[in-house]
Amino acid sequence: MSEFLRVAWLVVRKDLRVESRSREMLFTTLFFAVSCVLVFSFGFVRGGQAVEGAAAGILWITIAFSGTLALGRAFERERYHDALRGLLLAPVDRPAIYVGKLLGLLLLLAVVEAVVVVMVAFLFRAPLFQHSGLLLALLALGTVGFASVGTLFSAMLVRTKSRAVLLPVMLYPVTIPVLIMGVSGTAALIQPEPDLVMARLWISLLLFFDAVFLTLALWTFEPVMTE
Amino acid sequence: MNRRLFPLLTAVSLLLFVTAPIIIVRAPYESTMGLVQKIFYFHFPAWMAMFLSIFVLGIASVIYLFGRKPTADRLAVAAAELATIFGLMGLVTGPLWGVKAWGVWWQWDARLTMAVILELILVAYLLLRQYGGAGADRLAAGLGIFAMANVPFLYISTEIWRTVHPRTSVVPTLPIDFGLPLWWSFTGFIVLCLALLSARSRLEEQRSTLERLYQALEED
Amino acid sequence: MAVALAVYCAAFAWAPTTLLAAQPPEAAQDGFVPMDEIPADEQLPAAPLLVAAYSAVWAITIGYLWTIWRRLGTVERELADITRRVADRGQS
Repeated sequence: MSEFLRVAWLVVRKDLRVESRSREMLFTTLFFAVSCVLVFSFGFVRGGQAVEGAAAGILWITIAFSGTLALGRAFERERYHDALRGLLLAPVDRPAIYVGKLLGLLLLLAVVEAVVVVMVAFLFRAPLFQHSGLLLALLALGTVGFASVGTLFSAMLVRTKSRAVLLPVMLYPVTIPVLIMGVSGTAALIQPEPDLVMARLWISLLLFFDAVFLTLALWTFEPVMTE
Repeated sequence: MNRRLFPLLTAVSLLLFVTAPIIIVRAPYESTMGLVQKIFYFHFPAWMAMFLSIFVLGIASVIYLFGRKPTADRLAVAAAELATIFGLMGLVTGPLWGVKAWGVWWQWDARLTMAVILELILVAYLLLRQYGGAGADRLAAGLGIFAMANVPFLYISTEIWRTVHPRTSVVPTLPIDFGLPLWWSFTGFIVLCLALLSARSRLEEQRSTLERLYQALEED
Repeated sequence: MAVALAVYCAAFAWAPTTLLAAQPPEAAQDGFVPMDEIPADEQLPAAPLLVAAYSAVWAITIGYLWTIWRRLGTVERELADITRRVADRGQS
């Protein structure tokens, strides 16, 4: 088990190190997320008043879009110089590579979400920080659910020609439950009388979803990546 | 197996389909929804056939991904196409019933939403197989497993979300007058599903034979 | 396969006819069954919806069977062709 975690950590460290040199993924994803929220605010804020209840949906849609953008390039670096084959040939548990990639992506999305939440709360006057503990749980579990499926699909498609368009095509339908749960939970938190019971229910459903799909992803990563 | 089974299954499903209208017509009028409720006898079995196909898809995908049996892959493709077809039937008959019974063509309640999502996943599967290039069979197997895993969330969600959809649990309590045409159509659909599965798998089998022969020709 | 299709088409033509013929008298009068207090002329007629639903199911089934039949035909033709070529190659 510790070997597994050590390998995962090595992958994360590698990605962080490469990223820290150019910070390309961080800046581009962050910029995209910010533009996304701004575009939504132009669309949904009329006469200084935000459309009722739009904030929850906009928050999660922005996370989904930025996440997809980041996922599309998660394995991009490994495509060159046969780095992927090198990674797969390493005498380690393959799922550990998956976990490493997932953790790296989660770190990136955590930074992006921190910015997006603040922006959405400000631009749409949504009381997102009223129950910040529950919101944090929703965001964390939702992002894990989305990213766990996305990392697997991104890895699956790394050698496919039409991967840029096939990734969203495959990813969105499978992760719509996550988005629905996230949006409903967030909406329950920011509505005029927050429904904390419902929010907690969605959180536990998200936890269930994450458990199921993370397990599935770990289980299928190896056979799917083998040639 | 396919050669003998397909005519038999076709004959049985045909028999069931042809006699279904008689039985449906003789079913008593449902008090609140009247004539249009009879769409239920095709609508519900179509969805059940779709679920059956999705489970076949999921299990075949698991077998193919971990066991590498080519028959499993062929069955998975067949099941995915069938699930899309039966889902389409459900999505067409549903609004036709709903516009009369509920007054609206569509509503984003949990059951309907998840039905559309499942249909999207299946279309994504078919797109992946078509445009995924070499190795798409294994990728699609991965997606097929995820598709099947999403189904329980559909059933759970109807219990939690407020919904106008009839509850699943109403089916076992149907009186026998309603029950008979329902189970008759249900059997017809399931048998049709099996017949089509075998026909479609056979098509895949022929295609792979063709592939092998082409490759043999290339090598000479 | 062609026989199966032909028989399905015949059944398809027969089924809605049976359904329409078996409507209750009041439906034959004004074309629908009133469900609640909404005035009759503001409701949608149910019978066309029912027929449309059944027709859609049949049409989709037959359509799908037809696509299978067509693809099977193409593959079998190509198979016959390539078997012949392999045989020719074997002889030469």
